[in-house]
Amino acid sequence: MNEDLPQEYGPKWSDQRVERMLGALVCGVVALLLALIVTVFVHAWPSFAHNGLAWFSGSGDVEEQLNAISLSAQTSGDYIYTFHAWPLIWSTILITGGAVLIALVSALFVSVFIVEFAPEWMSNILQPVIRFLASVPSVIYGLLGVLVLVPFIGNHLVTEGQKASVAGVISLTGYSLLAAILVLTVMIAPLMVSIFSDGLRAVKPGWIEGSLGLGINRWRTTWKIGVRSARPAIVAGTVLAVARAIGEAVMLAMISGSVAFAPNPADGLIFIYEPSRPLGPTIVKNIDQLSSPPFNATLFSIAAVLLFSAAMFSLAGWLARRSMRKYLMP
Amino acid sequence: MRDASAQDLPLTVPPVPPPEQHDPPGAHQRKGAVEGSATWSLSDRIGLAICWALGLLFCAIAVAIVVYLLVQGIKFLRPEMLWTPAAAGFSETETGGFSDALFGTLIVAAMGIAIALPIGVAIAVWLVEYGRPTALARVTESTIEAIAGIPSIVLALFGTVIFSSTALGFLSRSSEGVVFGRSFFAAATMLSLVALPLIVASVREGLNSIPRHVREASYAVGKTKAATTRRILLPTCRPQVATGAMLGLGRIIGDTAIIVVLLGATQNFAPVEGVGFPFNYLRGAGTTLTNFVYEASPTGNLNQPQKAYAAAFVLLLMVLALNAAVDIVHRRARKVGTWSH
Repeated sequence: MNEDLPQEYGPKWSDQRVERMLGALVCGVVALLLALIVTVFVHAWPSFAHNGLAWFSGSGDVEEQLNAISLSAQTSGDYIYTFHAWPLIWSTILITGGAVLIALVSALFVSVFIVEFAPEWMSNILQPVIRFLASVPSVIYGLLGVLVLVPFIGNHLVTEGQKASVAGVISLTGYSLLAAILVLTVMIAPLMVSIFSDGLRAVKPGWIEGSLGLGINRWRTTWKIGVRSARPAIVAGTVLAVARAIGEAVMLAMISGSVAFAPNPADGLIFIYEPSRPLGPTIVKNIDQLSSPPFNATLFSIAAVLLFSAAMFSLAGWLARRSMRKYLMP
Repeated sequence: MRDASAQDLPLTVPPVPPPEQHDPPGAHQRKGAVEGSATWSLSDRIGLAICWALGLLFCAIAVAIVVYLLVQGIKFLRPEMLWTPAAAGFSETETGGFSDALFGTLIVAAMGIAIALPIGVAIAVWLVEYGRPTALARVTESTIEAIAGIPSIVLALFGTVIFSSTALGFLSRSSEGVVFGRSFFAAATMLSLVALPLIVASVREGLNSIPRHVREASYAVGKTKAATTRRILLPTCRPQVATGAMLGLGRIIGDTAIIVVLLGATQNFAPVEGVGFPFNYLRGAGTTLTNFVYEASPTGNLNQPQKAYAAAFVLLLMVLALNAAVDIVHRRARKVGTWSH
């Protein structure tokens, strides 16, 4: 072999070899994901096995159950696993659902605005703004929530009468559903906007021009043709945002109130001022208990539920996009 | 009134866009050239007003965040905080600064991206250039998507299991057979998974945008696929690699859950004794800016809001710098032009 030839001609970087090396790496990453799923569910199993479907029920006080679990590991070998997570699940549903709903509507309007209606200078401002909002770390949102939004809600929005009316049950200090939903909305909406506007830009110009040519105005054309044919992107963006919202732990641990309490919408509008604690923050707040076996199983069971619901949302999104394949660009 | 009179006119059909707009087939720019909102019905105009309101609201939120943190940062940030480590104390004047957190962020970012970038580029290259068998390519795509969707707190818990195993005890502190499992190695490895999907997506996009004939020209002069990838394709999509790396960096320095779980609940470096220089720190526990902000906020263990503002301001400056860097790379790449057209 000629020594002047660069390395890549030699057998060291032959095509088959490179392909095999890259393939092995790819397999490794796939295996890592499988290992993650298996590990989480194996570690979570004791908690699910002891509680059965009651894991998802709401009987008893979650804080007391968590204390009992942690005590049982310190005092005897007789572990207690009883854990009924409904208040945490309900809080997750309320906060995620509220934030995703608000973010979905506003992200739709904003992305339509960026792609179709904003003057050149405005979209040149909005695009970096959206990118910036998407990249602000969640602790910063949490910090601003704790130091600005929470005191504002506690001091100005919640009335003394409302505080007195629930005084025996829970104290309204501003750490609330409302604060959590508002901050979470600001966190996930930019994510949606960037994916939605990519989808809107990819709509076939001919379809839009066809509608415009029929005399439909730009607004209606955008919503009836543009947004409708960008539906796969809208589903994809929403699924990503839901996954982000379900998994958000640190920011919500800071401002959701950290009380395992299930706000009841039937109580009237006051429920949005009530504190609660979703699943993710429960893990963060109790992470120092990780070394006690029953608590470890409980935390992993929460993680398993988070993982499973994120996976289910991805699956739902994938199924939804499959049925919309005809809208995708060839 | 204007609505009614406008509808009576026979020629309110939007003017046909001039034909030269058809030239770039993908990018359709209809902005500004078409009819205004004067002819629309009231509901449509209300919708447009909502668009403007929401757009301005987002701008206002962004400006508010930057200005507020700027004001608080200037008020509370003292330069000596950047090189004073945190200390125990009763008031905010006694507790030192956050130099360990700042260096921790830099270390974690460097290590995380050093792991994620080569793996991410390799996966993207395999997906675009090789991708056989097709089933494995599909599975890989879904895997990357799934990793992007895994909550980082779940990744963190998974990390505690891996890095507490005795086989990986050499990556963290261990005493009497019990592996502590919290170290810069552990945190950086898990954080690299957070950055991975962004890098793969960005590099894939770059590779896909290179037209086929470029590859064929290279094969025609006898280059192998591997050589083509290394000498032609990867240098061409350098902007996308840089973009992916910077997006990944942004996610790494912004992540808190993995740091809280896998780096330790301390505000100082905790080097392992009896190990050579870089590794005693990397195997030990530590902290980052995000962890510092979390702990220094009123809900954390330290409760020093002024320092939290100062640290958050430094963190925000880093994020802004990364954003600006992405912008510059994009602009330069556009100026140089690509293979297409």
